[in-house]
Amino acid sequence: MNASPLVSARDVHRDYALAGAAVHAVRGVSLDVAAGEYLAVVGPSGCGKSTLLNLLGAIDRPTRGTVTIGGTEVSALPDREATRFRLTKIGFVFQRFYLLPVLSARENVELPMAEAGVAQSERRRRAVELLGYVGLAPRADHRPSELSGGEQQRVAIARALANRPSLLLADEPTGELDAQTGGEVIRLFDRLNGDGVTVIVVTHDEQLAAAARRVIHMLDGRVVRDEPLLRRA
Amino acid sequence: MRLQLALLSLRRHRSRTLLAALGVAVSGAMLLDMVMLATGMRESFASLLGRNRFTIRVSPRGTLPFDSEATITNAADAATAIARVSTVTTVAPVLGATLHVLDAGEPVTAFALGVDPRVQGDYELLGGRHPTDPNELVASDALLARLSARLGDTLDVAVGFDPQLGTFAGRRRLLIVGRARFLFLSAGDRAAALQLSTVQAMGGVGRRDRVSLFMVRTAPGADVEAAQAAIERAVPRVTALSIAGAVAEAENRLSYFRQLAFILGAVSLIVGFLLVTTMMTVSVNERIGEIAVMRAIGVSRLHVVHQIVLEGVAISLAGAAVGLVLGIGTARYLNSILRSFPGLPDAIDFFLFQPDSALRAIGLLVMSGIAAGIYPAWRAASLPVAATLREEAVG
Repeated sequence: MNASPLVSARDVHRDYALAGAAVHAVRGVSLDVAAGEYLAVVGPSGCGKSTLLNLLGAIDRPTRGTVTIGGTEVSALPDREATRFRLTKIGFVFQRFYLLPVLSARENVELPMAEAGVAQSERRRRAVELLGYVGLAPRADHRPSELSGGEQQRVAIARALANRPSLLLADEPTGELDAQTGGEVIRLFDRLNGDGVTVIVVTHDEQLAAAARRVIHMLDGRVVRDEPLLRRA
Repeated sequence: MRLQLALLSLRRHRSRTLLAALGVAVSGAMLLDMVMLATGMRESFASLLGRNRFTIRVSPRGTLPFDSEATITNAADAATAIARVSTVTTVAPVLGATLHVLDAGEPVTAFALGVDPRVQGDYELLGGRHPTDPNELVASDALLARLSARLGDTLDVAVGFDPQLGTFAGRRRLLIVGRARFLFLSAGDRAAALQLSTVQAMGGVGRRDRVSLFMVRTAPGADVEAAQAAIERAVPRVTALSIAGAVAEAENRLSYFRQLAFILGAVSLIVGFLLVTTMMTVSVNERIGEIAVMRAIGVSRLHVVHQIVLEGVAISLAGAAVGLVLGIGTARYLNSILRSFPGLPDAIDFFLFQPDSALRAIGLLVMSGIAAGIYPAWRAASLPVAATLREEAVG
């Protein structure tokens, strides 16, 4: 592991109220993720995996503790700066794809670039390039409703890569896919990691977890096991 | 891309968007009509009074023009005195009377105006010529139709009738030389214009050297209020009323119209506002997951606010455009109904289309569209991203 990790969480807690009761979703997690790592977070439902991912991605703010990404303490950033940080430094992939149904695949990929102020011609070129990378160049002008689940997820991955993030976070990216299309997504993550992108995935999918180079296990908001650097043959 | 997203989002639910825009159109049409009604009568009345550039009406002291049977005595002297006011350029006398046309089997009554045809401002010729001879008249189409008369016909007329003796006084035979539209009378009114001297002579002693009013022109740029005061000083037995004063008087009498228009306009604006707010709130609630994901991937709050507000504005603008056409159509229809009320001057419009008023109404609608988008936009922009994603994942 590098001396200076890309992602560093220190004694991170996240509590929130649910139906009047306090939920301690994350309880004192400390974690370092080096640049170029491929980490899978696994554990039973409700163990705090997604909450941890949101904290690592500056979507949520810890109740206690700090999260630092690339030297920036994202847990202390005001909303505006955290939003900008997410836009330019982090790529997100969600279980339900969440593409904008009114935009074509290419336009969905262009959206984060447009938000980042990339010129139209450049973002169009890059969107086509990214769709080619995920194997969907011929489907660039199709709307999400005209794409299969696996294709939609690949478009979502292309969207996540739009602004060349150093970190890709994925929350159950194969959760809504069958085994075959899930396998395609797994291979894509593998390729991305091979191309130098740091990947953190939260998953129940054993195949996906097995593809990662490191797996951490969570239970009741805590990291209970960390299996580092599990390189496959 | 924000505008594109806003428009595409609206297109996603076409029928809902269309219905909302139609709702805004109806409310916009009503708003426009109310703005047209609130300003139309005043502007139309002022325009009517200002036609032919007569700026002051002079009537017997304490009366409004044709408010009573009262007349100004020693009219020739009064006219001379008024004409001496330095800023006065034209003095047009008018004497009203009831004209009885005796040619028809049963006498037909009409409103007669004794005028100086060279300077009069009471009628517009539609055909023929002005009555340049004392034994000539011009008549309204309604009178000609009632008498089945044409230009060149001669009429046996009188201006006095004694009901006890059943006799007519001041009879003459007058030649019809013109057709005219009487500006201060309704289209259905039977009316005729004669030379002032003719009406005065036919009216006998009671009308000799008398007029009902003077219409006065002042020099362009002259101080009308000062001229008005000078006239009242020069002829103490008269009241001089400027257009502004007449309009103020009319406004005072018709203030309930303006209040009604204001209330209905405000109600229609509120209805449009609530319609767009409801539609945008429903739309935001449906897209809450999408919006949370947009925020998660780095789309700014400002972008979300812009998009939602743009959607509201787009609906309002589309509604305003349709509402403009609808409002003008409705106003014309209502105007035709209201103008057919008996006794109203033909030239008066209740609903007057003015680009300024239309712009004001559209501006109000667009502003209400912006305001309507603010609450749902604020709701969308202030979504707790992580909590929403968690709820969406569970849902």
